[in-house]
Amino acid sequence: MNINFNTISSTKSGTTAKPLYYLIITIIFLLLTSFSAYGNSWEDITKKAKGQTVYWNAWGGSEEINAYISWVGSRVKDDHGVILKHVKLASTADAVSRVLAEKAAGRTNNGSVDLIWINGENFAKMKENELLYGPFTENLPNFKLVDFKGKPTTLIDFHVPVDGYEAPWGMAKFNFVYDSARVSETPKSIPELLQWSERHPGRFSYPHVTDFLGSTFLMQALIELTENPEVLNHSVKSKAAFTKTTAQLWNYLNQLHPLLWRSGKSFPASSSVQQQMLNDSELDIALSFNPSATSAAIANGSLPESARTFVLKKGTIGNTHFVAIPFNSGSSEGAMIVANFLLSPEAQMQKQNPQIWGDSTVLSIAKLAAQDQQKFKSLPLGIATLAPEKLGPTQPNPHPDWKNQLDAEWQRRYGQ
Amino acid sequence: MATTLRAVSFLPAFPILTKLLFLLPISAGLFGVLLPALGYFPDLGGNQFHFDIFRQLLEHPALPYSVWLTLFSGIAATLISLSLAILLAAMLSRESLSGNNNNKINRLFVIVRRGLIPLIAVPHAAIALGLAFLIAPSGWIIRWFSLLVLGWETPPELVTVQDPFGLSLIFGLVLKETPYLLLMILAALPQIRAREYLRIGQSLGYGNFRSWLKLVLPQVYPLIRLPVFAVLAFSLSVVDVALILGPTTPPTLAVLILRWIDNPDLSFRFLASAGAVLLLGLTMASLIFWRVSEWLLLIKWRNWLSNGKRGSGNEANKLAAMSGFLLLGTAFFSVLGLAFWSLSLRWPYPHVLPQIWTQRNWERHWNSLRETAFTTLEVGVIAAVIALFLVVGCLENEQWRRVRFSFRSQWLLYLPLLIPQATFLLGIQILAVRLEMDGTFLLLVWSHLLFVLPYIFLTLADPWRNLDARFPQIGQCLGASPLRILFRIKLPLLLKPLLVASAIGFAVSVAQYLPTLFAGGGRFVTLTTEAVSYAAGADRRVIGVYGFLQALFPWIALLMALAIPRWRFRNRAALT
Repeated sequence: MNINFNTISSTKSGTTAKPLYYLIITIIFLLLTSFSAYGNSWEDITKKAKGQTVYWNAWGGSEEINAYISWVGSRVKDDHGVILKHVKLASTADAVSRVLAEKAAGRTNNGSVDLIWINGENFAKMKENELLYGPFTENLPNFKLVDFKGKPTTLIDFHVPVDGYEAPWGMAKFNFVYDSARVSETPKSIPELLQWSERHPGRFSYPHVTDFLGSTFLMQALIELTENPEVLNHSVKSKAAFTKTTAQLWNYLNQLHPLLWRSGKSFPASSSVQQQMLNDSELDIALSFNPSATSAAIANGSLPESARTFVLKKGTIGNTHFVAIPFNSGSSEGAMIVANFLLSPEAQMQKQNPQIWGDSTVLSIAKLAAQDQQKFKSLPLGIATLAPEKLGPTQPNPHPDWKNQLDAEWQRRYGQ
Repeated sequence: MATTLRAVSFLPAFPILTKLLFLLPISAGLFGVLLPALGYFPDLGGNQFHFDIFRQLLEHPALPYSVWLTLFSGIAATLISLSLAILLAAMLSRESLSGNNNNKINRLFVIVRRGLIPLIAVPHAAIALGLAFLIAPSGWIIRWFSLLVLGWETPPELVTVQDPFGLSLIFGLVLKETPYLLLMILAALPQIRAREYLRIGQSLGYGNFRSWLKLVLPQVYPLIRLPVFAVLAFSLSVVDVALILGPTTPPTLAVLILRWIDNPDLSFRFLASAGAVLLLGLTMASLIFWRVSEWLLLIKWRNWLSNGKRGSGNEANKLAAMSGFLLLGTAFFSVLGLAFWSLSLRWPYPHVLPQIWTQRNWERHWNSLRETAFTTLEVGVIAAVIALFLVVGCLENEQWRRVRFSFRSQWLLYLPLLIPQATFLLGIQILAVRLEMDGTFLLLVWSHLLFVLPYIFLTLADPWRNLDARFPQIGQCLGASPLRILFRIKLPLLLKPLLVASAIGFAVSVAQYLPTLFAGGGRFVTLTTEAVSYAAGADRRVIGVYGFLQALFPWIALLMALAIPRWRFRNRAALT
């Protein structure tokens, strides 16, 4: 229990603004994590981390992100003597498999994965199967800079309490990408998207539901089409409830699919492929989960200058992506150093710059030093990025239960 | 005789060592697939054995079409590749027979041969991506068509890549497998003294193609049966090509299994394992089906073989030339398209050439290249050399002790090629962690060996077994020791198949992604681990860079394998 006192005292002394607010946040944490066996003073962690090698397993499909990660590596080496190695993956599942194999073989320390870039569903399953180390986030000094209030998904990931088992890294928000050279008027709601597709058959599609963006599209449509979106925040109660809640969605998709690319008989294999099809003029509207990604893609030449983004009037789904440490990492201290650096204003600012990556920060700008606030404000927005006030409301991800059942039902109806 | 026996007494160690090297990981791998398929995986909450997962698998809505698609595309791709390879081989051996290169069509055949063989070195995923760009509705062909004829502002609505019948998938596989089989046939021809047979055929009034089919093919086919089986098994279980060119709703079984593994819900691993068992079963069934069909065809054609009807068969000439050029042209433009992409910053539709050129894509990767390339080379060379050493030892053992590598042991060798890697490797990984070997260089080489050795074995076994036994006999009569016979007679005579086998083994090692990631624990970065992770981003510019880098080493190895015998035996035409 002494650990928790540590946290309180450090958060109190570490800031001057809104101490009460931080106390509340800390108390929330105390409630979420009744006790912690992993707590250590940051000084100890820094000392132990020195010289450790951290194998960070992260999707390696983007040159920009890879370059950013390699910059992080040079910074943590200079500051803390931590050696960061990016293990580039084609799929996060490859790293999960290895951790799983290690657990099955009884390897409880010195595992091959030290840090893993993870999203809600992978996190939920790894946490459920006790494959993660933690709670650790309360140890990170920069963790308190996170905008818990404005970005609640930094604490609750896909309705699963984070409980300190993963550190927030960046924000994602569902949005649409279009080529303004070919599209003059953009739909403002899911029903309007159908009308638009009627006027432009074959020019829109969404990735196959095995891609997270494809299943997010289903959930986005469901939120707007179902009469009572509130039920989506809880697990699916019964088969009948699922049928009732999703009836409108299937009705909608039955109308939409004949108007899609290849009449909805085939779907882009992934979100990356779909973006390329927009670039190839095979599609006029595509989907994205990062509001600045389009600006970044224009900057690196993979989308036309005329690419722009739009969101829906009622709002779109938003969530957070994180980094987590596997239960058997032998360099958990080094991994924490990296996770903490990723949360630093410097690293978050670098990441948000659309010329570098363009991934939105998880930090609360108001909590930062005046100088950093100024720097954040002077970051270029990017030619195709909507200003924060134009991004519309953020809707929570439905409970993962819905995603699984939607995917399965979609496969049954359209996947064969 | 006694000295000879003593000299070869250590030979049985080779098959035993090879079997040991394989038995351990393969049984671990098999258990790693079978147990979860039967519901057992305690760390995922499966504590009991049951058949529910197979029921779940069989009731999966995508399964029937997926199975049909897998069988159709796999068998069709193998059949077409084999037919084309036979057709081309017949024409190519005719060229080398006549010795008259003035003929126009002969010159074209030389181009086909020189062009097709290097294709073996180009990674499957790169060829598939290049082909996809070539034939897509917004692809290169349509862009030229649009520029020259029609002026489409937006790409036409055509169904080309990812068509529901898997035709583009078959095309992509044929593009890669035909050159492989062609090389296998060409490497086997000297063993059966094809030239002499062709001469006899022609002197009896049979046309060239007919002599080839009637005299050479029946002799050469048994020598390439194993490579054909490897192609069939590969085509049924291929993932990367099917991901790029195959349909999505539903995909082939191998891709479906990959999707289940990639599913964040770890309980899908059970289904994936059951799927892997089914795929293994389908592969075995297809191999048996193929073997039975061979036998039926033989009965049907036996009369034709000896009916004495003459004829030129020259119409096949044109067909061979055309298909050869179609293959070569498609492959050439697929690779060229990727080359242009690697030099482009922007290349949107409908531009037929990149809009903005750049060296950035290459510069970015050049710096990290040295280390990556060295690891690739190191693992590939060591794995190929060890595999070659073991295979030669096993084959020598066969000959001196007159015991054939049993049928069962052969299956053992080929199992790694037949089981979907992603499920197979989980069990191996568990074993490796138990042995505290994961993430070591030794394990990395060992895991590559599982895939390199079978290819070297199946490339080398038949030429080795069919070497005219009288050569070593002469050596023995002159009192040479088995080792001396090996080094002075066999190895020189078999230099070409040896080098080709090593080059192919090396190429197989270079291409390994999952074994490198799993056994290497992410500690070893090779050209392929980089390439595959970049391929996930579907950026043709980076894929273009890595496609070339990945192809470079195997291509050099292959060139050397073909050039060295030509130089070494420049005065012995029959050996080149």
